[in-house]
Amino acid sequence: MKKIEVLGPGCPNCQRLEANARQAVAMAGIEAEIVKVTDYRTIAAYGVMSTPGLVIDGRVVSYGRIPSPGDIAEWLFA
Amino acid sequence: MTTLSLARGRRPPLSVIVTVGVIAWLIAWFAESPLADWFSYDLLRLERGSHLGGAVDFFLADVPKVFLLLLGIVTVVTLIRSFFPPERVRAALAGRGTFAGSVASAAFGIVTPFCSCSAVPLFIGFVEAGIPLGVTFAFLISSPMVNEVALVLLWGLFGPEIALVYVAAGLTVAIVGGLLIGALHLERYVEPYVWELQGTGGQMAEVKVTWADRITDAWRYTVDLVRRITPYLLIGIGIGALIHGYAPTELVAAIGGRSNPFAVPIVVLIALPLYSNAAGTIPIVQALLGKGMPLGTTLAFMMAITAISLPEFIILRKVIKPQLIAIFAGVVTIGILCIGYLFNAIIA
Repeated sequence: MKKIEVLGPGCPNCQRLEANARQAVAMAGIEAEIVKVTDYRTIAAYGVMSTPGLVIDGRVVSYGRIPSPGDIAEWLFA
Repeated sequence: MTTLSLARGRRPPLSVIVTVGVIAWLIAWFAESPLADWFSYDLLRLERGSHLGGAVDFFLADVPKVFLLLLGIVTVVTLIRSFFPPERVRAALAGRGTFAGSVASAAFGIVTPFCSCSAVPLFIGFVEAGIPLGVTFAFLISSPMVNEVALVLLWGLFGPEIALVYVAAGLTVAIVGGLLIGALHLERYVEPYVWELQGTGGQMAEVKVTWADRITDAWRYTVDLVRRITPYLLIGIGIGALIHGYAPTELVAAIGGRSNPFAVPIVVLIALPLYSNAAGTIPIVQALLGKGMPLGTTLAFMMAITAISLPEFIILRKVIKPQLIAIFAGVVTIGILCIGYLFNAIIA
């Protein structure tokens, strides 16, 4: 099972990214757990300064932008 | 993967969309002012030079102009900014001394995308990389102050000179403020856990972003921003139009003019609750400038609107103690007051 982490304090952009991640999981048709990471320490530990950030299985795939569900779905397969 | 590419839908190629968009923008840009004149004076048969005619023409000429500028320039600025994420800026700033660092940091503040919800991770990220506190604050002052909406509106409504003066003044406040905060050695007012994080941040892998991504992101961001600020902008331009058409010049001069020594602090106070609402206020300010409000007072007002943001101060409480927030706010406010008085004194 894939683990998707959405990094961000909960601003509208973070919520939009989370929604896109859910859609991506549905598109990809795989099982994945989506976790919201709001703790600044954890966000900093990933080296992300511009939220929202997206982490798949511990790897930062995007930050400071909201990738489309299609892009996220492709990353899920990568 | 085939199902994925199907689900993503079919659109004309991005190059075609961009070309059509740019041509449409240029046509609209050159047609809008004559159209506004024609509409107010020929179609509505308002008298040139009358109160109502002036107000209607101001409104009709400003609204499309401002929207065109926002859509065009914010998209371009956002596209440029996508190449300067704070993660990259941090790497460029690390290891520099306080002076060179503050100057570079204030300059980066202009091009780096910033939103107040990112202020905390940004602060932690800077401190964690060993960037001095003063340099970090130079960035925190310049980044919101020189924001894209303010810049676009200043350029479009006041002309390039005032927009550039605004940027220069903003940079000065940021550099001096950063140096001052650096010299005061306020490290003790940073929450201890932030220091403990120093050196723990992993080297982040460069994330690949294509040109197509950047262009789509920039356009989406711009549309979202314009949608959000439209109501404020319309109200602002409406009030600006009323001032332009009706407010007597003597009244503006009496309140905001050079003869009133408290004009600068008064406008800064007025700006406090308007934080970051550049969209609604700049059109009003434009009308006031036209009615004789001096440039220094005008600059102070606009800088106070963009740079003194209560929500940002509150959110920064997560990483710094109230004393440092107070010093930060104080330094910015004093800097803005100085700019106001300075420009009022040198520009007659």
